[in-house]
Amino acid sequence: MSTRYLLRAVAPLGGDAVDVLLADGVIAAIGADASAEAGPDAIEVDGAGLVLLPGLVDLHTHLREPGREDAETVLSGTRAAALGGFTAVHAMANTTPTQDTAGVVEQVWRLGRDAGWVDVRPVGAVSVGLEGEQLAELGAMAGSAARVRVFSDDGKCVHDPVLMRRALEYTKAFDGVVSQHSQEPRLTAGAQMHEGVVSAEIGLAGWPAVAEEAIIARDVLLAEHVGARLHVCHLSTAGSVEIIRWAKSRGIDVTAEVTPHHLMLTDEEARGYDPVFKVNPPLRTAADVEAVRAGLADGTIDIVATDHAPHPREDKDCEWAAAAFGMTGLETALSVVQEAMVDTGRMTWADVARVLSSTPAAIGRVEDQGRPLAVGEPANLTLVDPAARRTVVPEEQGTASANSPFRGRRLPGAVVATFLRGRATVLDGRPQDDPDGSLRAVGREAAL
Amino acid sequence: MKHLLSAQDLDRATAIRVLDTAGQMAATQSREIKKLPTLRGRTVVNLFFEDSTRTRISFETAAKRLSADVINFSAKGSSVSKGESLKDTAQTLQAMGADAVVIRHHASGAPHMLAHSGWTDGAVVNAGDGTHQHPTQALLDAYTIRRHLVGDGGRADVTGRDLDGLRVVIVGDVLHSRVARSNVQLLHTLGAQVTLVAPPTLVPVGVEAWPARVSYDLDAVLADEQPDAVMMLRVQRERMSTAGGGFFPSPVEYSRGYGLDGRRLRALADHAIVMHPGPMNRGLEISAEAADSPRAVIVEQVANGVAVRMAVLYMLLAGEQTTNVKVEAA
Repeated sequence: MSTRYLLRAVAPLGGDAVDVLLADGVIAAIGADASAEAGPDAIEVDGAGLVLLPGLVDLHTHLREPGREDAETVLSGTRAAALGGFTAVHAMANTTPTQDTAGVVEQVWRLGRDAGWVDVRPVGAVSVGLEGEQLAELGAMAGSAARVRVFSDDGKCVHDPVLMRRALEYTKAFDGVVSQHSQEPRLTAGAQMHEGVVSAEIGLAGWPAVAEEAIIARDVLLAEHVGARLHVCHLSTAGSVEIIRWAKSRGIDVTAEVTPHHLMLTDEEARGYDPVFKVNPPLRTAADVEAVRAGLADGTIDIVATDHAPHPREDKDCEWAAAAFGMTGLETALSVVQEAMVDTGRMTWADVARVLSSTPAAIGRVEDQGRPLAVGEPANLTLVDPAARRTVVPEEQGTASANSPFRGRRLPGAVVATFLRGRATVLDGRPQDDPDGSLRAVGREAAL
Repeated sequence: MKHLLSAQDLDRATAIRVLDTAGQMAATQSREIKKLPTLRGRTVVNLFFEDSTRTRISFETAAKRLSADVINFSAKGSSVSKGESLKDTAQTLQAMGADAVVIRHHASGAPHMLAHSGWTDGAVVNAGDGTHQHPTQALLDAYTIRRHLVGDGGRADVTGRDLDGLRVVIVGDVLHSRVARSNVQLLHTLGAQVTLVAPPTLVPVGVEAWPARVSYDLDAVLADEQPDAVMMLRVQRERMSTAGGGFFPSPVEYSRGYGLDGRRLRALADHAIVMHPGPMNRGLEISAEAADSPRAVIVEQVANGVAVRMAVLYMLLAGEQTTNVKVEAA
């Protein structure tokens, strides 16, 4: 019999405190029954003041393996995910080799299964080698053991309108979705940061909002025309929110995501030329941050996804123009959402469960994740302490890279425990391969 | 002043102090023996990641006139072209004991990175970074403007004076110009009114936050504003190709709209001066007639560049917050 956990006085979705019993991989009991059925061997977790959420599901993670194991591996990235409260991640396709065949997506899926920290759902490339010319074997990836449902050339935009149309149409056959990185390439050649007042002053080539909005506008119309569903990656501008709102009002089957960093940071961060703030799409203005927060609160934006993009030090320890785009996010996402949305009164914890768990699971067609907190449901759960405060120290995180834009920031909330099908991957804030912190003391390499 | 990275680092008092110090430096340069002992034993590294014969020679001359040891490090033919990072280059120079690093780099912000990374202890002087800043160019332009247009056209002492009320028009590729960015900030700090004139494609989105007026009509600006100084920016011919973005249709159309030709030259007020940071494209942004006219102070800008850079190196390395320069000959 597997380990049983009795979560004492936790608040499901921030509601009234109850006891919850986890046994045999599922939620076995809630309320008075829980302690009655727990039995003498159950491990008790003091949940006073803690919020119980369904395990978080990330629709947009870069695990970097195969190819860039110097930045992250499936093992280190999924361990970081568990520490951040996730129980499933979608591994983006821009690996080397590209995740554009059944063989590569199955490899990533198996690495994830062997690591055992979260469920890894590989994303398949839309086009061969992300080159934007020829459709990858989408059907083969969908039919593989990895059961791919999300397809994306993320990092690059499927800019050819014909290819995009075909991809939208083709994925209908297996209930897939195209997740578009919306970036008109000609309008963003050489672009370094948001085009506006700050870029004009500090002399970095601009990435105009219209380059994102023009692609989103085109894609929602294509999705409408062919009757396919579309997912918009890391939407970042006020105009994009307006287009999505319009598309939904027309009944177009579109979903949209925003990243934690676009909910919190602005292009003002670029003034110090620290490439840790270089990201694609770029950090936008305060007005855009307000618009994406409002869009997330009113449901125009469906989910928060991390776009966790680890990079080795040498790719950020250089002049801005030479640096790589991207920032880590798995271990700060929940805290950022709490600060930007919950602590500001714009969302409840039930909303957090919706945007970080149930809706991303639904978009990715991940059947046993993002489920209701009810008896008999899989025990994929996250226990968070909203009262905690912590200072971000990237070197102490699970991710193998240190490019967090929140370094040194004090953020609210901490993940106390994460359960994957009833098994604790994180307990007392510690990863369960290192429950007392001794492994970290002798170096993170040992833990991996 | 620990570094000079941007014209924005200079408040009015500091900027005037640099100009006054440059005036004292210039006074020493008319002597038979031009060398001063001020920076003897100090090392100035010219770290140039981008070709620039003029600016490098200007800094080299300035440093040598102050008796500093000068090391020229250019990216071509060095380990930089073999892929060495800015960080490693900076640490190498630090190990060799550079007191000041004069850096020109194609990436905006590289001097800022160098100054704030802890890779070097030396003073960092930005000699032009990407499309960001070129503060010593702005200082030498301000110095030149002050010499000609303040204090009764150079006949009275201009020490301590700013550029209050002078009207300066800057014409050309503002979008890609670090000279324009630096000049807008510094000239504004010194009290001048700046008008930028360019085709709309060569004006950055976001320019509305700059302390300058923007116009697309050079003739109207020359007629309405009667500028005291007209500064022509270099326009790179590749900007008109589609590969470069196709910012204007043809050199001829550009010249017609924004070039300083004889007709526009004659429309200027009698006292007005014509400036250009060089190198010039004669026949594109400036005609030979304008470039060679008595109003043109372009060659003098080069000479003033040495004096201004001497002042900057002196103020950064000699460390005093004073304008009393030791002027004994070496």
